[in-house]
Amino acid sequence: MNRASSPRARRRQAVSKIFSVACLGATMVAVIALALILWTLVTKGAAALSPGLFTQDQPAPGSVGGLRNAIVGSLIMCAIGMVIALVVGILAGTWLAEYGRGTKRASVVRFFNDVLLSAPSILVGLFIYELMVRPFHGFSGYAGAVALAFLATPIVVRTTEDILTLQPDALREAGMALGAGHGHVIRTVLWRAAGAGIVTGGLLGFARISGETAPLLFTSLGSQFVQADPSQPMASLPTTIFQFALSAFPDWQRLAWAGALLIAVAVLVANIAGRLLGNRSHRP
Amino acid sequence: MFRIACASAATLLLASLAGLMVSLVIGGWPALSTFGFSFLTSSVWNPVTDVYGAAGPISGTLITAFLSLIIALPLALGIALFLVEFCPPMLSRPIAMAVELLAGIPSIVYGMWGLFVFAPWFAQHIQLPLMMHAQDGSWLASLVAGVPNGANIFTASVILAVMILPYMAAVFRELFLTVPPHLREAAYGLGCTPYETVRAVLIPYVRRGMIGVIMLGLGRALGETMAVTFIIGNAHGFPHSLFASGSTLASTIANEFAEATGAMHGSALMALGLVLFCITFAVLGIARMLIGDQRA
Repeated sequence: MNRASSPRARRRQAVSKIFSVACLGATMVAVIALALILWTLVTKGAAALSPGLFTQDQPAPGSVGGLRNAIVGSLIMCAIGMVIALVVGILAGTWLAEYGRGTKRASVVRFFNDVLLSAPSILVGLFIYELMVRPFHGFSGYAGAVALAFLATPIVVRTTEDILTLQPDALREAGMALGAGHGHVIRTVLWRAAGAGIVTGGLLGFARISGETAPLLFTSLGSQFVQADPSQPMASLPTTIFQFALSAFPDWQRLAWAGALLIAVAVLVANIAGRLLGNRSHRP
Repeated sequence: MFRIACASAATLLLASLAGLMVSLVIGGWPALSTFGFSFLTSSVWNPVTDVYGAAGPISGTLITAFLSLIIALPLALGIALFLVEFCPPMLSRPIAMAVELLAGIPSIVYGMWGLFVFAPWFAQHIQLPLMMHAQDGSWLASLVAGVPNGANIFTASVILAVMILPYMAAVFRELFLTVPPHLREAAYGLGCTPYETVRAVLIPYVRRGMIGVIMLGLGRALGETMAVTFIIGNAHGFPHSLFASGSTLASTIANEFAEATGAMHGSALMALGLVLFCITFAVLGIARMLIGDQRA
């Protein structure tokens, strides 16, 4: 260590020191703010957790109840949405990485995919309303599922493309040398090699949509009862939380906190699982 | 066959974005053609008389988005630089991981915290004292005027900032990690202090990408719906002070669309959506162009 000797050197050291302390300060502020939020979420949410949450439907204000209808609705809509997103997303991602590689059209598709990736989700709600709710004269679980699929697809496209691009060309050449067509190689060799990465994309997509509220507000609307038929309006956790949190009833607000905790945990688990899988696959 | 299936899935993506735009234009057209250009400049929003102007939500959207960016940007930069440059490596990975996970927490959670915890605290400990001490007619008084319930433009901006903070910090960190190690080592070898290295090497190297990240953060803040709807107070018209209730494009749509009975009301909300789409599309487009297509 050379000791700062001249005044100029000492000043430079001091400026740098102040800067590093400022950076540390910024990190502390952010960590504290985020810790406060998580703390509130966990304490208020855990206080309202009970087995009834999963076995009872949403109550009238002032009576006992749970969130079963919302949980069931969320699961059904997320499941349908993910099926659509995975089919479209994997195919489109494969096209980008394999058939469209280097073409003008691919870069256009990629650009629009990136825009969709960060498009405001409420606009997706408006679009699906115009596309599915208005023509069929009714809110439905299907409309909600399609809106969610819309948000998950770009994530699946992106991870699929990334992971396929990382597969070595030798793999493709080896498959083709055995006489397989390009499509056959993709399905039997590349998809298998990229499997974990594609699952990661699916998990990240699921994490994204499971907490989405805005696109469901006027597509699936909501329902007070357990609804297993997606052609009817359906409750979902996020919209129920929204409605309950803004209500004036303490019971409902408690349920909203419990629901928020459930969603946050689900999102965290999906994100962590996705990352663990992603680290184990061929990502650099 | 398989190739066609893949190509049509890619085309479906393009078609869906086009469809999104077309549906907003069609849906918003009645309102836009009725009110013309004054739709953008008028701040009257009256479902009873069926007269609509978007200036209030537009200004609310822009103000909250920029304010949140001003709050979040230095913090996000500080976090990213701390993690890349100053933090012991043992701590750096867990903190970075936590930041990334926080970026995925649904916005409704942030909104609820804002509504139940931050807004009451803010009203009690910041807004009321400021209003008491501000002299009538001074600039401070006009800046902090408003109903002291904590639901206002400023608190909404703070919540937005907290929400985009982890996201921006995570992307900034990734960006700084792309700087080749030998550049930094060269700077240190010349005797630069850490601060000088950051200023002269790290930041210039990623300048374009940084602006892109800022635009992405702005895009998020502009389009964010739930966190803002909880806390902005949902008042139409121009916000008159920093602590006055307001509304944003997204929060107005979220609040009113399901209950819009009149055809013109629905159409006006669609037109708001179109305005929001144009703003975010422009911001995101610029961001993508600046960050560049890394995979090309």
